[in-house]
Amino acid sequence: MNIIVCVKQVPDTTEVRIHPVKGTLIREGIPSIMNPDDKAGLEAALRLKDEMGAHVSVITMGPRQADEVLREALAMGADKAYLISDPEFSGSDTWATSSTIAAAITKLEYDLVITGRQAIDGDTAQVGPEIAEHLNIPHISYCEELKIDGDEVVVKRQFEDRYQILSVSMPALITALGELNEPRYMTPGGIFDAYREKEITLWTRPDIPIKDENIGLKGSPTRVAKTNPKLLKQPGTKIETGVDESVQFIMEKLKEKFIL
Amino acid sequence: MRDCDMSIKENAVFVYAEQVDNRITPVSLELLGKAHDLAEKLGSQVVALLLGFRVAELTNILTSYGAQAIVLADHADLGQYRTEPFTQVISQIIERYQPEIVLFGGTSIGRDLAPRVAGRVHTGLTADCTSLEIEEDSKRFLMTRPAFGGNLLATIVCPEHRPAMATVRPGVMVKREPNETAVAEIVDFDGIIVENSLFTTIREILKKDVSKHDIQDAKIIVAGGRGMHNTEGFALLQDLADSLGGELASSRAAVDAGLQDKSRQVGQTGITVRPLLYIACGISGAIQHLAGMEESDFIIAINSDPTAPIFNVADVGVVGDAFKIVPKLIEAIRRERS
Repeated sequence: MNIIVCVKQVPDTTEVRIHPVKGTLIREGIPSIMNPDDKAGLEAALRLKDEMGAHVSVITMGPRQADEVLREALAMGADKAYLISDPEFSGSDTWATSSTIAAAITKLEYDLVITGRQAIDGDTAQVGPEIAEHLNIPHISYCEELKIDGDEVVVKRQFEDRYQILSVSMPALITALGELNEPRYMTPGGIFDAYREKEITLWTRPDIPIKDENIGLKGSPTRVAKTNPKLLKQPGTKIETGVDESVQFIMEKLKEKFIL
Repeated sequence: MRDCDMSIKENAVFVYAEQVDNRITPVSLELLGKAHDLAEKLGSQVVALLLGFRVAELTNILTSYGAQAIVLADHADLGQYRTEPFTQVISQIIERYQPEIVLFGGTSIGRDLAPRVAGRVHTGLTADCTSLEIEEDSKRFLMTRPAFGGNLLATIVCPEHRPAMATVRPGVMVKREPNETAVAEIVDFDGIIVENSLFTTIREILKKDVSKHDIQDAKIIVAGGRGMHNTEGFALLQDLADSLGGELASSRAAVDAGLQDKSRQVGQTGITVRPLLYIACGISGAIQHLAGMEESDFIIAINSDPTAPIFNVADVGVVGDAFKIVPKLIEAIRRERS
């Protein structure tokens, strides 16, 4: 069984803070990490490798330094790693990104493709389902549990008020929730192998079988018209007094607002 | 093909009217409200897409909340949500009526269905928009969403592909007042659903034990974060919420620490709320949390760290120990109310 896991390198946005006065991003020293949902997807694939000897490939698309997440994936136990990287792919929205990754995937053998549900720097949750659409395979998103049953994959799919237990014939694509599992750590031997034994295959523009009109900025239906720093609210009243004064102050405000 | 298809204009604003167990998901009504503004500026029309099995009665509620026409696909294959049959139907409807805009709720259904449809009809999709506007002169459709973990607002356009598609989280847009005398033309979907290899099989449906609370609609919310430390801290906040007739909510940190259920989590990966009053206790105010509550009408923050970012959005900031302030506040409120 061949599994392809799509991962993304993201800034650890939980570390981002806003400058209290200027209202701008404080980006210095923000580490890059493997997107958490993707890591859960990779762990799910590695468990299938442990249980049934699946062959696990990881793919990422991004700048050259995105190979760091591939090394991490190899150190966790992935067998093969592919980096899709070329300036011609830059500016891709979710449609162009998914069509590029899907085209790359067609070069490989696969029964199961796993992506994270969404990346913490974009939160769109679009790339997984769109890859499946471009590959013309079914997808099941929001996966909280997964098992293989013959030639089918069986998924516990999360909704707001329920779960569906869904099955579908492979090849299929699954998008993983962080809740799916607790990803393993890299092992010292794994790290050694990832840097000394295993190789990352670099795919540039000519390696991807896709038309020019479907990649990069020109293959992207959407455009960013502008970005604005988030408007900060006018600061309210801040007090630092004793407990009783604080309570009194809150009470006054609640009455002022007709809440009491 | 029925003649009354002519009742749907070519540049209409479509809203996917999500229903689960024959109940309309509230965000769909919020989207109808927004679609109304957009359609007015475009000189077009609001059309709801209703998919399900034996759901025709729901057309009334969609009409009263602003749908001017409804495309109804009533089919046994649409009884429970599955990606492929819903994608087939919506793609065919888009193909047929060539809408200008299609809006979906940012629910776990909408965020599954919309990208699959966008992939199939080859158009752009903007996720989790917080503002949707038609630009005055150009008539461009501007879709604004938080980017980079909520730190920036990006305005997205879809210049050449149609329809422009967007998802919007529940609680962001505002419903219209229902108009019980409104009428809408109902058009039956007359395309086909083809069972193919993309179909999934539902083996089982497990209902979650969702308790009755719903922080989405609460007028008053008392929320706690990691600073509330333990279950006693949250019991205290529950008392405060009870004294005000409000609901208890929490930050992600408290959910991760096992102090609260995920269904009460406010923030980017939780629920977006805009109550009349939001009291944040022991919440530092990570950007992801602020994204889910900063539109609240009135925000009170209690935190012992004077530099906590929550104070940047609070109307009233109280630097102090919530464990000392909250019990006295409860007392004072009870006194006031008795």
